[in-house]
Amino acid sequence: MKTVHPLLVRITHWVNALAVLVMVASGWKIYNASPLFDFTFPAGATLGGWLAGALQWHFAAMWVLAVNGMIYLAYGILSGHLRRRMLPISPRAMLHDVLNALRGRLAHDDLSVYNAAQKAAYVGAILLAIGLILTGLVIWKPVQFYALGSLIGDYEGARRLHFFCMTGIVLFVLVHVLMVILVPKTFLTMITGRLKNG
Amino acid sequence: MDSKLENHEGPLLGSIERRLFLRRGLTLGALSLLAGCDLTDDESVQKVLTAMSRWNDGVQAEIFSPQRLAPEFPESRITRPFPFNAFYDEDEAPVVDAGDYKLEVGGLVKEKKAWRLPELYALPQVSQVTRHICVEGWSAIGKWSGPRFSDFLQRVGADTTARYVGFKCADKYYGSIDMATALHPQTIMAFRYADQVLPAKYGFPWKLRVPTKLGFKNPKHIVAMFVSNENPGGYWEDQGYNWFSGS
Repeated sequence: MKTVHPLLVRITHWVNALAVLVMVASGWKIYNASPLFDFTFPAGATLGGWLAGALQWHFAAMWVLAVNGMIYLAYGILSGHLRRRMLPISPRAMLHDVLNALRGRLAHDDLSVYNAAQKAAYVGAILLAIGLILTGLVIWKPVQFYALGSLIGDYEGARRLHFFCMTGIVLFVLVHVLMVILVPKTFLTMITGRLKNG
Repeated sequence: MDSKLENHEGPLLGSIERRLFLRRGLTLGALSLLAGCDLTDDESVQKVLTAMSRWNDGVQAEIFSPQRLAPEFPESRITRPFPFNAFYDEDEAPVVDAGDYKLEVGGLVKEKKAWRLPELYALPQVSQVTRHICVEGWSAIGKWSGPRFSDFLQRVGADTTARYVGFKCADKYYGSIDMATALHPQTIMAFRYADQVLPAKYGFPWKLRVPTKLGFKNPKHIVAMFVSNENPGGYWEDQGYNWFSGS
């Protein structure tokens, strides 16, 4: 049996899933304290109980997200894993694969080979996470990271971009989970690394 | 801070509220994945979060630059009206009598004396148009004027090798900042707002204006200040908000 997902990828995947869950749920509570737009998130979907609690969760889990993400990226780049799995991405192939997916045609003979739509989605999620960390740094320390902030509209610009990156990640997670439900064997593979009868 | 804080679901991070929010967290399934934590022991989770908040205090002190200035803005960018913020409504802001007012200066300072308003007004003043950022997320730009706090600390012979400066306010608010921030050139004793004597709603007779910290680290209606090596905490900090809260 061949290894579909290396051990380090599996560990960082699940640590990341937990960190993103905590960051989004506590972030929604923080958003509710001073909403940018004309809506708030339902309290039941938030974490922390009140603003101070949500901030504690957010600023604790941010270390997990960032350190775990750096381990994943360092491994992915140095081992060649990212290059092999994610590249190249051709826009034409991506369109073709997205249309196929929408027609319910999900090719999954070899789970270690990503189609173009998957590659684009995974690379997109990585870029969104990097965007969340950079905009988050500007919101957290707008004076100390002023140079970075000046590239993205300072404090208020970073707040909006942080929100939009969060929205992107949440949409990614929804599609990602939907795909796992449609092809359930992928779930166990991300835990064991191997594929039964693969 | 802001009057909106009254809408927070728990006014205090008491043990009951804490238990409630952790139970709500459990329904999310977030905690079920936290390896190594006794999930039924809410106190241990809170201990981890508090420890992380202390760790973040240290990280913020490390990345705080004593020279890096908060951005200043043209007066055209000032937010009008500038929002009122406190843990009470605007009409409940304390009324401080200008004639009776005394600023007590104590702790690790050579000259422990009370300062009257005319003496304070006579100190050299600077102005700044800076952004006030609330822990809730909103921000507003305002203009504050007054003496540099570092000049005042020098004048009273403060031990600037001490770690903290603490403040007591006329409205039962209290707070404290680190010495590095106290000595920052943009940390001022704001006696004026928008070129007028600071009105009651903004903290008469003065507020500590610290553009390198969140709004709640800018105490208003200050009646006493002291230099200390023991962390004096603060009104919101003692309820769970991060102590350093730098910008």
